[in-house]
Amino acid sequence: MRIVMLIITSLLCFASQAAIQVYEFDSKEQEVLFQQLTKELRCPKCQNQNIADSNAPLAQDLRQKAYELVKQGKDRDQVVDYMAARFGNFVTYDPPMTPATIFLWLGPLFFVFGGLVVLWHKTRVVKKVDSAPEMDTAEQAKLARILNGDKD
Amino acid sequence: MQQKSKLWVLLLPLMVFLVAVVFLFKGLYSDPSKLESALIGQPVPTFTLQDLYQQDIQHDASIFKGKPMLLNVWATWCPTCYAEHTYLNKLAAEGIYIVGLNYKDDREKAIGWLTQLGDPYQVSLYDKDGMLGLDLGVYGAPETYLIDSQGVIQYRHVGDVNDQVWQQTLLPMFKELK
Repeated sequence: MRIVMLIITSLLCFASQAAIQVYEFDSKEQEVLFQQLTKELRCPKCQNQNIADSNAPLAQDLRQKAYELVKQGKDRDQVVDYMAARFGNFVTYDPPMTPATIFLWLGPLFFVFGGLVVLWHKTRVVKKVDSAPEMDTAEQAKLARILNGDKD
Repeated sequence: MQQKSKLWVLLLPLMVFLVAVVFLFKGLYSDPSKLESALIGQPVPTFTLQDLYQQDIQHDASIFKGKPMLLNVWATWCPTCYAEHTYLNKLAAEGIYIVGLNYKDDREKAIGWLTQLGDPYQVSLYDKDGMLGLDLGVYGAPETYLIDSQGVIQYRHVGDVNDQVWQQTLLPMFKELK
C-alpha cells in the first residue's frame, strides 16, 4: 500500500511555481537576434553574467527592453548602442575600439613587432661575427696557393 | 653606444614588471562593482512621472533646472537606502536640494517610509516600472547623482551617502557645480 502511495505521489505533477518568461516573436530572425543579444549583453548588477543567465531584477528589465527593441525591428547595433548609452560599454561583452580599449587590439601587434625587432637585431649581430676575421694579403696568397694544389 | 643600448634591453623586463606592479596594485583597491555613469556630461533623460504623493501631479525633466541639486534613487526594498536615509535628512536640513526617485517600489510602502523616517526630498518622483531608472543606467539602489543648474549630470555615486563620502567626494564637487 505504501509503495502504491509513493508511486502515485511521485507521479503527481504540479505546475511549476517558477515563472519562466515566454517571449513571442514575429519571425525566426528576431528570435535568433534576441537570443544572441541576451548572451552578448552583460548584466551591470550581477557582473560576469550575461542577461540571459541572470535572474536579477535588472537583468529581467534589460531582457524585457531588449525584447521590446527587437520587436520594434531594431538591429543588433541599435540595441547594443541603446544599452551602452545608458550603462556604458561595460554592458557589452564585445566592446568597441576606444582609446581606453585600443591596447586590446594593439597589444598583440606590439608584441609581435617587438619580437621581430629582437629577431632582426640578433641575426644582424650573428652576420657581423661571421664576416669578422678578414684575411690579409699574405693569408690570401697562402689560400690561393692551397687551392691551386701547390705544396709548401 | 653598444653598451648603452644593451643596458636598455636588459632593463626592459624590469620596466614591464614595474608597469604591471602599478597596474595590479591599483586593482587591489578598486571596486569593480562601481561603474562610471555613461550619462556624465549629458542632460537628465526626458521623462514624465507621477508625483509619489499625488497621482494627478506629473513631473518632467524641467524640475532639474535652475539650481545644483542631488538626485537620489531609492526604494523601500533596499537596505542600504535605509542606512543612508538619516544622512539625507541631515543634508536636507542643511539646505541641500534633493530630488528623490522612488525606483520600482510600492507607492503605499514608499509614502509610509517617508512619513515614518522623514522626507528629505523637495520633489519625489514615482518610477514604478523603473523606466527613468533604465534611462539613467541605474543598476543598484541607492544611487546619487550630482546635477548642475542646467540639468546636466556631473557625477554619479553608487552606494550609500555617508559623512565620509559626502565630505570627501560629493561636497567638493557639489560646490563646483554651476
